[in-house]
Amino acid sequence: MSRPLKQIHLAAHFPGVNNTTVWSDPAAGSQIDFSSFVHLARTAERAKFDFLFLAEGLRLREQHGQIYDLDVVGRPDTFTVLSALAAVTDRLGLAGTINSTFNEPYEVARQFASLDHLSAGRAAWNVVTSWDEFTGENFRRGGFLAQEDRYERARQFLAATWELFDSWRGDEIVADKESGTFLADPSPGRFDHHVSQFDITGRFNVPRSPQGRPVIFQAGDSEEGREFAASAADAIFTRHGTLEAGRAFYADVKGRLARYGRTHDELKILPGVTFVLGDTDAEAREKSELIRRQQVSGQTAIRLLEQLWNRDLSAYDPDGPLPAEDPLVGENTVARGRASVRMHRDPLATAAQWRALAEAKNLSIRELVIEVTGRQSFIGTPAHVAEALNEFVQTDASDGFILVPHLTPGGLDEFADTVVPLLQERGVFRTEYEGDTLRDHLGLGLPRPAGATAATAAAS
Amino acid sequence: MSRSHAPLHLAVALDGAGWHPAAWREPGARPDALFTAPYWYDLVAEAERGLLDLVTIEDSLGLQSSLPFEPDERTDQVRGRLDAVLVAARVAPLTRHIGLVPTAVVTHTEPFHVSKAVATLDFVSGGRAGVQVRVSGRADEAAHFGRRTVPRLSVEDLSSAAGQALVQDLFDEAGEYVEVLRRLWDSWEDDAEIRDVATGRFIDRGKLHPIDFEGGRFSVRGPSITPRPPQGQPVVAALAHRTVPYQLVARSADLGFVTPRDAADARSILAEIRGAQAAAGRADETVHVFADLAVLLDDEPGAAADRKGRLDERAGAPYTGDARVFAGTPAQLADLIEEFQQTGLTGFRLRPATLPYDLEQITRRLVPELQRRGLFRTAYEARTLRGLLGLPRPANRYAAA
Repeated sequence: MSRPLKQIHLAAHFPGVNNTTVWSDPAAGSQIDFSSFVHLARTAERAKFDFLFLAEGLRLREQHGQIYDLDVVGRPDTFTVLSALAAVTDRLGLAGTINSTFNEPYEVARQFASLDHLSAGRAAWNVVTSWDEFTGENFRRGGFLAQEDRYERARQFLAATWELFDSWRGDEIVADKESGTFLADPSPGRFDHHVSQFDITGRFNVPRSPQGRPVIFQAGDSEEGREFAASAADAIFTRHGTLEAGRAFYADVKGRLARYGRTHDELKILPGVTFVLGDTDAEAREKSELIRRQQVSGQTAIRLLEQLWNRDLSAYDPDGPLPAEDPLVGENTVARGRASVRMHRDPLATAAQWRALAEAKNLSIRELVIEVTGRQSFIGTPAHVAEALNEFVQTDASDGFILVPHLTPGGLDEFADTVVPLLQERGVFRTEYEGDTLRDHLGLGLPRPAGATAATAAAS
Repeated sequence: MSRSHAPLHLAVALDGAGWHPAAWREPGARPDALFTAPYWYDLVAEAERGLLDLVTIEDSLGLQSSLPFEPDERTDQVRGRLDAVLVAARVAPLTRHIGLVPTAVVTHTEPFHVSKAVATLDFVSGGRAGVQVRVSGRADEAAHFGRRTVPRLSVEDLSSAAGQALVQDLFDEAGEYVEVLRRLWDSWEDDAEIRDVATGRFIDRGKLHPIDFEGGRFSVRGPSITPRPPQGQPVVAALAHRTVPYQLVARSADLGFVTPRDAADARSILAEIRGAQAAAGRADETVHVFADLAVLLDDEPGAAADRKGRLDERAGAPYTGDARVFAGTPAQLADLIEEFQQTGLTGFRLRPATLPYDLEQITRRLVPELQRRGLFRTAYEARTLRGLLGLPRPANRYAAA
C-alpha cells in the first residue's frame, strides 16, 4: 500500500419525505421548523462535514389519485432555507436540489450566485430534471418534456447558467470613491445564449460569487446521467450500495472523465447511505431491524408494492405472500410525483426476482419489501462502521458518503460523536476545516471559464 | 400629548448603498461590501435597534440603470445586486422582531416558487415575512427569460393606449399572482399534520387543498409543498403611483407604498385607494397605506440640504425620484410625518439617501424625536410582522367553518 490514504468526504442529508424518515418515533421532531434544520446543520458542522444536502420535489406525491399520507409531507423552499442556514454556520457547504425543468436559467443563476455570496462560497447545486405533466400543473410554464429531451434540457440549462455565472469575470467592481469609478467595465454581465430550449440575451445582474460557480451535483444512474456527470458535475450522488457495485460504478464514471479533459479528482463519487450504531454489532443489528419495521409498516409495504405492480393491492395481507398476478406494464398510474418508480424499468422482471426471493426465503410481502427497499446501510459498532466506511473509500467504491439519518433532527448526533473521531484517528477525515469554501472542502479548484468547459461543448 | 391617531408605522427601504446615486462615495459607505452578508445584517440590525416595523429590500431581474426602460453603460453608479428574498433569509435568524419584506418580481417568475420562498422566510424568521410584489415592463428584462416579448417603451409611451394596455396587463397578472400566493399559503390547514401513529397517517389529507387556480395567464394546481407559514398569510405589499397599481393595493395587498407630493396629494391618493378597497369588498379589512419619502437627515439646519447639494454635484444631476425627497432635520421630518399622518396615512417608508448614515439618522435621531412626541413605539409589542401592523392572523379560506 504505497498510495497515500484517501481523505473521506462526508455530507448530511436532511431526512426526506419518504419512508426512510421515521416520524412515528418519539424522538422524531419537526420536518419544517427552522430549528430542525439548524440542529442538523450545526451537528454536521461540529463534525467537520463537507456539506448539508437538501432534496426537493415540486408536487406532493399521490397514490391512487390521493395525496400520499403515510410518509412525512412538507418541505421548505430550498434556496431560502439554505440562505438562512448560512447565518448559523460558518464553513458547512450548503447543497440544494433545484429542478431544471420548472425554472429559468437567469433566475436560478442569480439565486445560486446570491447564495454563494451570502454564504461566502458554500453553495452547491444538485441539478435534477423532471418531465411530468403532473408536476407541471403547479407551474405557469407547464411541464411536459419528452423523456428523451430531459437531459438535453438539463445540459442546456446548466450551460446557460454557466454562461451567466461567467458573464462577470470578478474584476469589474473597483468601487473607487475618489475617482467615482464603481465599475471598470461599462457593460459587465453580457450574455447571449440561443439553443433549442433557451433563447436569452442581456446582462446578468449578480457579480461573480466567491466560488465562481456553485459546486455541481448530479444524481442518477442512467447512461445519460453518468455521461452528464462526467462532463459537467463536481460530485455525483449515487445509490450503489455494495462494494462490488460501488467499485464498478466508480471505475465506469471516473473512466469517462478523460474524454472531457478532466482529471480523476475533479468528480467526487458520494453514495447516499444509512447507518445504525450500537454498543455491539448484535445490538446495532437489532436496532436496525426495528428501524426497518418502523420504516416499512404493513400499509407502507402494500403501497410500495403497488408502486411496482402499478395496481391496487389493498386487498392483500402484508403478512401474506406476494400477489400471484403480474404488474401492469406501461405508464405508472398508481403513484405520481415519485422519482423511485422510474427505477422500475422492467416491472415484470423485477416482480419475478422478488417472487423468487420471497419464495426462497419464505418472506411475506412486508418482509420482502423490507429486504428489497433498503439503501446500503452501515450497521455495527462505531469502530466497525468507521472501518467499513474507510474500506469503501480506500478501495475506490466511493470518495465519501452522503449520510441519510432516519430521524429528524437528531439522527446524526451519535455518528458525529462516535464514528467521526474514529475516522479522524485513522487520519482519513479532517479534524479542522482547512479552507473556507465548499470547493476547498472537496479539493476542487476554481471552475474553468465556461467557454472552455465540456458542458458547453456537450450542449452545443 | 394625546395620540389622536392609530399607531404610526415606520419602514425603511434598503437598496444598495442608499437611494442617492452618489451614495456609495460617501465616507461611511461600504461599496466593496455590498455583496456580503455582514453588510445587510448591519443595516437590518440598525433598523431593528430603531424599533422599525419592517425593512423592504429592493430587487429587479436586470441591472440597475439610469434609464427607465433600458440598461445603461454608466460606470459611476452601483450596479449588481443580490436576490432580495435570500438576503432577507440570510439576516432572519440573526434578528428577532423586525419585519422582512423583500421584493419579488412577479412578471417572469413562478408564483409556486415565490409562494414557498416567502412561506419559508416566514418559518426561518418566526413569522416576520412579507413580500413586495413588483412588475417588470422592461424589454431587456423580458429578454433575460426569453418567454415573452415586451415592447421597448419610452416614458411617453406609458400614456398611450398601447402603454396603458401593457400596464393594465402587467398589473392584472400581478393580481392573479397574488391570488395564487395567498391560496397556496392557505392550501395546508394549520392542523393538517397529525402524526397519528395508530393509523399510520402523517397528515390528514382532507386538510390539504388543491387551489385549482385558472387565470387569464396561468393556472396552478397546488397544494403547496410547504405547510402554512406561521403568520398564515405573510404580508403582501406593493408600490403604487397611479390608478392601476392603486387597484392592486386595494384589491390584493395588506400594505401599499405611495408617493404623495404633499398632504392634499396624499388625501386624494387615499380616497382613491379606500374607494377601490370598498368596491373590492374589503372595507372591513386593514390595508395600510404608507407614504414613501427619500430622506437626508442632519441635526444642523441646512446641513442636509448642503449634503444633498454635494451628492448631486458628484452625481452630475439633482436627485429626484418617484418619491418626494426630504432634506432637513429630524425634527422637521417629524413635523412632516405628523402633518401627513393627519391625512389618514398609516405609516411611512423612508428611503435613506445614503447608507448607513441616513439610516442611523432615522433610528438614532428621528425615532427618539417621534417617541418624545408620543407618536412611535418605545418597545416592540408583537412577535410577528402582522402583529406589528395590527393585522390579525387570518382564518384559512379552505378550512371548514
